[in-house]
This record gives sequence, C-alpha cells and structure tokens, in this order.
Amino acid sequence: MTADRRPLPFAITLAAGTSLANRTGAWRTERPVYRDLTPPCEHACPAGERVQGWLYRAETGDYEGAWRALMADNPFPAVMGRVCYHPCQTACNRGELDEAVGINAVERFLGDKAIEEGWTVPVEAAPTGRRVLVVGAGPAGLSAAYHLRLLGHEVTVADAAEQAGGMMRYGIPAYRLPRAVLDAEIARLERMGVRFDLGTLVTNLDVESAGCDAVFLAVGAQLPKRAHIPAGDSARVMEALSLLRSVAEGEPVRLGRRVVVYGGGNTAVDAARTARRLGAEDALIVYRRNRERMPAHESEVEEALAEGVRIRWLSTIAAADGDSVTVERMELGDDGFPRPTGEFETLAADAVVMAVGQDVDRRLVEDLPETEGAVAVGADFMTAAPGVFAGGDMVPSERTVTVAIGHGKRAARRIHEWLGAAAAPEPAAPPVATPADLNTWYYADAPHRVRPRLEAARRAGGFEEVVGGLDAGTALFEARRCLSCGNCFECDNCYGMCPDNAVVKLGPGRGFAIDLDHCKGCGICAAECPAGAIAMVEEPT
Amino acid sequence: MSAKAKFYQVGSFAVGNRLLDPGDRTVQSRQDRPNALTGGHRACRGCGEALGARFVQDAAVRATGGRLITVNATGCLEVFSSPFPENAWQVPWMHSLFGNAPSVASGVAYALKAKGDTQTRVLGQGGDGGTVDIGFGALSGTFERDDDVLFVCYDNEAYMNTGVQRSGATPPAARTATTPALGPAPGNAFGQGKDAARIARAHRIPYVATATVADLHDLEAKVAAAMEVRGARYLHVLVPCPLGWGTRSDETIALARLAVGTGLFPLYEARFGEVAAVTPLRRPPVPVEEYLRPQRRYAHLFTPARDDAAIARLQALADANIAEYGLEPQEES
Repeated sequence: MTADRRPLPFAITLAAGTSLANRTGAWRTERPVYRDLTPPCEHACPAGERVQGWLYRAETGDYEGAWRALMADNPFPAVMGRVCYHPCQTACNRGELDEAVGINAVERFLGDKAIEEGWTVPVEAAPTGRRVLVVGAGPAGLSAAYHLRLLGHEVTVADAAEQAGGMMRYGIPAYRLPRAVLDAEIARLERMGVRFDLGTLVTNLDVESAGCDAVFLAVGAQLPKRAHIPAGDSARVMEALSLLRSVAEGEPVRLGRRVVVYGGGNTAVDAARTARRLGAEDALIVYRRNRERMPAHESEVEEALAEGVRIRWLSTIAAADGDSVTVERMELGDDGFPRPTGEFETLAADAVVMAVGQDVDRRLVEDLPETEGAVAVGADFMTAAPGVFAGGDMVPSERTVTVAIGHGKRAARRIHEWLGAAAAPEPAAPPVATPADLNTWYYADAPHRVRPRLEAARRAGGFEEVVGGLDAGTALFEARRCLSCGNCFECDNCYGMCPDNAVVKLGPGRGFAIDLDHCKGCGICAAECPAGAIAMVEEPT
Repeated sequence: MSAKAKFYQVGSFAVGNRLLDPGDRTVQSRQDRPNALTGGHRACRGCGEALGARFVQDAAVRATGGRLITVNATGCLEVFSSPFPENAWQVPWMHSLFGNAPSVASGVAYALKAKGDTQTRVLGQGGDGGTVDIGFGALSGTFERDDDVLFVCYDNEAYMNTGVQRSGATPPAARTATTPALGPAPGNAFGQGKDAARIARAHRIPYVATATVADLHDLEAKVAAAMEVRGARYLHVLVPCPLGWGTRSDETIALARLAVGTGLFPLYEARFGEVAAVTPLRRPPVPVEEYLRPQRRYAHLFTPARDDAAIARLQALADANIAEYGLEPQEES
C-alpha cells in the first residue's frame, strides 16, 4: 500500500499501490540459476587452455588481457598458433552453425602481437628455494619449466642440443614454424629466470646427486623405428628426423631429384615437403594404408599435395636400390589392416626417407618400468623413482606439441605438490556445453575468415612460412564469432525477455540476479539464453 | 583480407550486447528502462502479452520522452495488471470498457489538442478480443478520422481472460472452448476470421505494422517509426499464450519465432495502405508442422490420426504469405 495520505476519491475505499507488493515468486516450481558450462574448445584442448575465456577478452580488442589469460595455461601462443592441430576447432559448436571459430588463427595473432609488443609474464610467487631439473628442452620440458618458475621454483633446463626447443626446433620445418618466433617465445622464459644448460647430455637421474629437489624428464621419442627394407649398397636411405634436423641446423643435405618418403604420419609429410624445398622435382610419399587411415593431419596433407607432393596409397616398399625402389601394392582387409597382394612395381628414386615412427631412447631411463614402449608414469606423472617425473612423447600419449605442453603444465602442478605445496583443489569441471544447450537463433551468420596461404608455386622455392597470420580486423572478427558456449556474455536476453521484470541487471561485467520475490519460474530466460548459461532447477518442496 | 568487424557476430539478435554501441542496443537492454509494466502483475507464467506490452510501452515511452498516455481496453492485460488496489503500470494509464478503447484514445488525443499540448502522445491498446472483435467499430472510426493515436493489438488469438473462447483472430483448426476439437472439421473453421492489419491498411492510414515478441529489435524499431508520424497508426503484435495455446511457459518466444519462421505471421510495415517494407525470413521457411505440434490447441491434427488435409491447408496459408509479402530469405550481400 502506498504511503500517500491524500484523501481517497469518491467511492474508493483502498489507496492504490504498486503490484510489486504481490509476491508472485510464490507460484514458482522451478527457479533459474546461472551456471558456467565447460565450453567444448576448452574441454578438447590438450593444454587445458580456457579458450572461451581468452576469446571473450579478445572480442573487445583487449589483446593483452586475452594473451595473459592464454599464458596462464600455455607459454607458447605464437608457436601453438602455427603448429597446433587445434582439436578445439574440431570440437567447436559453431561448426554446427556455419564453421568452427578460427581459434588457432586468433591464438597466433595474440602470440605474434605479444612478441611485437614485448609483453612478458611477471613471476609473482615468492621464491620457494626449491630446485627442479628439467631434462629436455622440448615443449613438455619448457612448459613444465615455465609453470614451475611461475610457482616460485628455481628451474634449470638441460638439453643435449645446442639450442632449446626440441622437436619444435629440430623436427618441425621452418615453413611451419619460423625460428624467430620460437626463439622469441623461449627467450621470454629466459627473461623470467629459467636457466638453460644446453649442449649437456644428462646421464644421471639421481635427484640428490643432481643437486635438485625434483626432476622432470621430457626427452621425447627420438629413436627412429626400424623397418626392414633390403637395400643395395648404393641405395641412399636416411631417417626423416635426421633429414629435418640437418635442415634445421643448416647442414647441406643431398637427396637428388626423386625422393621417396616411407610413412604416413606428420613427419612423413614434413619430410616430403622439405624434400620439395631442397629441390627434389618429385617427392613421393609411400604409405601402406589409404587416405582415411593416414595419421597425418588433413591440412598438412592438403598443403603437401598443393605443393606437388605425390602420395601413393596402399603401398609398401619391398626393396631399395641405387636409383629405384620396389613397391608392393596392398589392399585393406575387413579389419582395416593392409594385406600384401604380391603385385610389385619399380619406381625411380634417388633417395628413400624413412618416416615410420619413433621410439623412446631408453638408455637414460633403463631402470624405470616401461609401458607401450614408453616410460610408465602415474596420474601424477611421477615415475617409479621418487621425485622423478616424466611427460611428453616419452610417456604413453598422443605425440603432439600441444599434448606435451599440457603434460608440462599438469606435471608442474604435481611437482609443486611433491615439493610440499598444499594440493590445490581442482573442482570437477562442469558438463560440456553441447549444441543442444544453445539457442543459436540469436547468432548471426558469420563465415570463418581464412588465413592467407603462400601461393603453392612459391612455396617449393624455400622455407618461407606457408600460412600467414590474421590482421587485427580479421582477428577481431574471428574472435567475435565465438558463441560463448555455456558462459554468460551479457547479451541481456534473460533481462529483456522476463515477462515479470524478475531479472535484475547488475551492470557491465557483473551479470544478472534473479528477483525471487517475483520470478514465476516460467523458464523463458533459460530457453532464450543463447549460451545455455541458465539452468532451471526444481524448487525444494 | 581485413574483414569489417561487425558488432554482432554474437548476439546480433539478442536483447543487448556488450560489444554494441549503447545507442544501438534495445530499450529492453537498458538498466534504466522505464519498466512501464512492472512485476507482481498476475499474468500467467510465461505470458507473451505481458512481455509484448512492456516491450511496446517502454519503446513508446522512450520515443516520446516519457510524454505518453495509455488507454487500455478490457482483457487479460487490463485484468492482470490492475486488480484493485494493486497496479503494475508505471505510466499514465486508463481503462474504460471492452469495446471503446479506440474512442477513448481518440478523445484523449482531441483533449490534448484542445489544450494545445502537441508533445504528449496517445497509445491505445487491447487484446485481439477488444481490438479485432468488440472494439473494431470504434477502431475503424479512429482510423477513418485519422485521429492521432497509435493503437496496439496484442494478439493471442482468442479470448484468453474469460476462458479461451474463439475470437475473430483465432486461426483455422485451432481448438478453443467454443470451437472444440470435435466432429468432421475439428477446431476453428477455415475461411473465417479477420486479418486486422490488412483491414487497417484498407483505411489508408499513415502507418500499419506487424511484430512479435520474438524479434525485439524489429518490434522496437516499429514502435519508434510509429511515433515518428502523426495520425492514426496501428501495430499488431503476436503474443503467444501458454494457457490458451496449450504450450509450456518457456516456449512463448520460440513459438512467436516459429510463427514468423513458417510464414504464418508475416512481418511488414505499410504506409498509407501500401506495404513499404517486409522483414524477410532469416532461414528457409520452417514447415508449419513444427509450429503446430508443440501446441495442444492443434493436438487433434496429430492424434489419434494425423490430419494431413488440415495441415496442408495451414501450410498453404503460410506459403501464400511468403509469396504475397516476398518473405523468402535473402542472400547476405
């Protein structure tokens, strides 16, 4: 009732008052509750990047904020933006609508921007005085070193090579990852106080005698697998990894005009594309299964074919000689495995490059238990030796840079706990936001912006980077294509569409609240939330 | 290669968007929106009309700088918003009778004219019962005199307040209390009822438009456009009714969206009787079945046996609208 004390008009017995006195919230059987679901990109990221979170910042043009959010999980955005096979984009719900968000391209834009602007990450944790030795300066080792350093530990990274980077430097060709980019991101770690002990082969894994409190092993899988091919004396057969390494180190490599690469993984494709750049007129990949079953990433295969690399499917190399190889045609059995047919053919070849996979060099870890040809570790990445942890390609896992970076991060946290830190509670991730959780009517069509690619004709001429970056305008466009799956982006739909004025807008960055005195529980806010960030929860009875 | 970063790769059709210029956001997204119809009213859970009325009123308050007088016909909107002594209206608002709201609105407009007040505007409003049926003679008078009134019909396609009786706006085949789903032709008859917006156009008044609660940007733009001109204006807003349509309370917006997406409810603006602009569909037309199936008022079209003939006739109505108004989705340029 109103506090107005004016005399009431004729025939009126009660003063009029606002309807707000009527608590319609009593009608409710369900109430809306704001929630954050796990976006599928984040769920799919082997490095655990909170992709939707950093895209959200990039959407306003806050590139530094976006980069810092990204750096909380991954110290190599510029590298990632080039070599990651972006499972995030495969998982992206926008793919159901038009095309996946170009997350990888935006990541690269942010990484390059950080290098250009000289952004770095401050070590804010108090020094712990604990020392960790990281063996292997590849992605897993460097990622662990970065995260351990952020936690306040003293970190030394030892590697037998003269330069840090591991497979990022000696395996991935420069046309995919220019060395200046890699150098810049590694230099950032150095500026943060990570010490490097390069050109040193670690042979002793004893924590105490190494003068440290914990060891993280990440020496990778560098031993080429053996495939037995009868080869004549004059046959030139080399390993793909040594080829890539020699090229990376600027050593002269002579392959000849016609090069046959044996294998179907990314290393095989890299070797064939490298051969083209070294002047091979004919680079032929021989692979025993078909394209669907080829482990190499689709985009790399596409690029290789565009550069004139040829692929011979369903074939094995039976023998190699001075200027030829003999291949046998295979056929796929019902079980998906190739079977020999007994049909042979001879192809001209000046060199054969073997790329049939790598094993872990067990010399350093011969005392540690083995599993699947790799080093056995627990869920906490610790090996059978107390204080000795391992990650990356040398433990059983998918062997990609991104997986290795994820191992480094997770192992660093476990090492931190091993060194006495209280275990940080890791709350269970909320459910993944599916397309069914979204109301996609509210999203405008906005096709994916493609990164420029170097013309195929120009690629074979050298090791210039093939895939270009996005410019600022395009990166912004791409970031704004994010649907913000499962997370409120303050579109005001709940606030605007409530028939009862029962959603309270708290202001920019502060979200919304429900006025439970008046919310009738109709559920329109939840149904019309584009991002699925509201759940209807039954009222307690 | 650089792409123009549109402000709305996300949420272009949402109520607001933090990436939008504040001036380009809807009135409903504003923290300080007028809330002409505030909470505590007694509309059913998920009421489309309560939503439509606040959308229209807030946009009109904004367009007139707050100088707005509203005249309300009898109906759900009036009953649920003003059970004595409570009142949900936060704007000058008056109610007289079921059938005379357009005449009362005309009277207010003349009174303002007599007082020399050229700033204050008049908005009459009612449901489809008060507008399309009972008040239609008065409304036609307001139109033919070209009185300076915007009349808004919140169309929920039947007399919902009194228990879901058929009105002149009830669509064919819909079950109501007075058109039961019985006999050889269950539900409302085909070939009856009125297209009130079309009849309004026939008066050749300055502005006629249709809108729904599902596309707020479209609706607010039409209220603003209506307030930019003088003379008689008419806005017909489709407002789904969970009670009368037999739908879940959270489907209100989705059904209004489907009414548009099927072509059953065309969105357009007409000036002086001629269609001046249409809002084309954003996607290929949705089959009417998707709109009908969630509504219990059409349940007899699907159970116990599917009534293909009736569904086909409803589909034909949608197709005819798409053809007549040119609603086919357009390629993005």
